[in-house]
Amino acid sequence: MEIALFAGFALVAAVAAVLVVIQRHAVYSALYLVIAMVALAGIYVLLEGYFIWIIQIIVYAGAIMVLFLFVIMLLDIPQEDVLWARRDWGQIVAAAALSLVLLVEMVLAVGRGALRGAQAAPASAQDFGTTLTVGRMLFTDYLFPFEITSVILLVAMVGALVLAKRQFK
Amino acid sequence: MQVPLSAYLILSAFLFLVGVVGVATRRNALIIFMCIELMLNAVNLTFLAFARFLNSMNGQIVVFFVMVVAAAEVAVGLAIIIAIYRNRETMDVADLNLLKW
Repeated sequence: MEIALFAGFALVAAVAAVLVVIQRHAVYSALYLVIAMVALAGIYVLLEGYFIWIIQIIVYAGAIMVLFLFVIMLLDIPQEDVLWARRDWGQIVAAAALSLVLLVEMVLAVGRGALRGAQAAPASAQDFGTTLTVGRMLFTDYLFPFEITSVILLVAMVGALVLAKRQFK
Repeated sequence: MQVPLSAYLILSAFLFLVGVVGVATRRNALIIFMCIELMLNAVNLTFLAFARFLNSMNGQIVVFFVMVVAAAEVAVGLAIIIAIYRNRETMDVADLNLLKW
C-alpha cells in the first residue's frame, strides 16, 4: 500500500516537473508546478510530516503559485522557442555539460551512500511530525531563528512593495 | 513492505536535476524562477526523508524555515521581475546584459 502510494505520487511529481521545464508558455508551467507540489505533499504524508504537508498545500501550492499566476496575468509574456530551435550552441553545450556533471555526481552519491545504508525506517513516536510537536520545538529550541523569520518576512514585504511600486515623477 | 530511503533520495535527485536543466535551458525569467522553486522542493523532500529515517524532528523544522525563506524570496523576486519588465519591456534573461562586459 505504501509502495503503491509512493510510486503514484512520485510518478505524478516527476512527470509534472519535466512538463514544467518543457512547456513553452509560462501559464502551463505554473499549473504543472502546482501539480508537482501537490504530489510532493502526498509524499510528505508518507514521511509523517503532517504539519509540513498542510503548509506545503497552503503556502506553496496556494499562496506562492497564486503569486506566480498573478504576475503572469499582469505581464504579457511571449511564448518561448525551445532550446534546440534557438540554435544557441554555447548555451546548449553549457547546459548539457552542467546537467551531465550533476547527474554523474548524484548517481555516485546515491549509489555509494544511500543504497548501502540502513533502509528500514525506525518506528516513529506517536506525535512525530504533528503540529503540536513542530510548534513546541519552534517555541523552545528554535525560538531565536523563529523570531528572525518574522524580520525576514517584514523585510521581504517592505522590499516587494518598494520594488513593485510605480514611481511617480 | 516499506518504501526504502533510497527511493526518496532518487526522486529528490531527479527533481533537483530537472530544476537545474530548467534553469540552464530556459530564457524566461519567470520559468527560471519556477525551476528554482522546484529545486527547493527537492531539497525539502531530502530533509523530510532523513528526518523520518533518522527519527529526528530537526529536519522538519529546517523544512519549515526553508519554506519561510522561499516565500520571502518569491515576493522579492517577482517584484524585481515586474520592475525589470516595466523598465525594459522584456523578461528574456538574454536581453538583460547591462552588467556583461
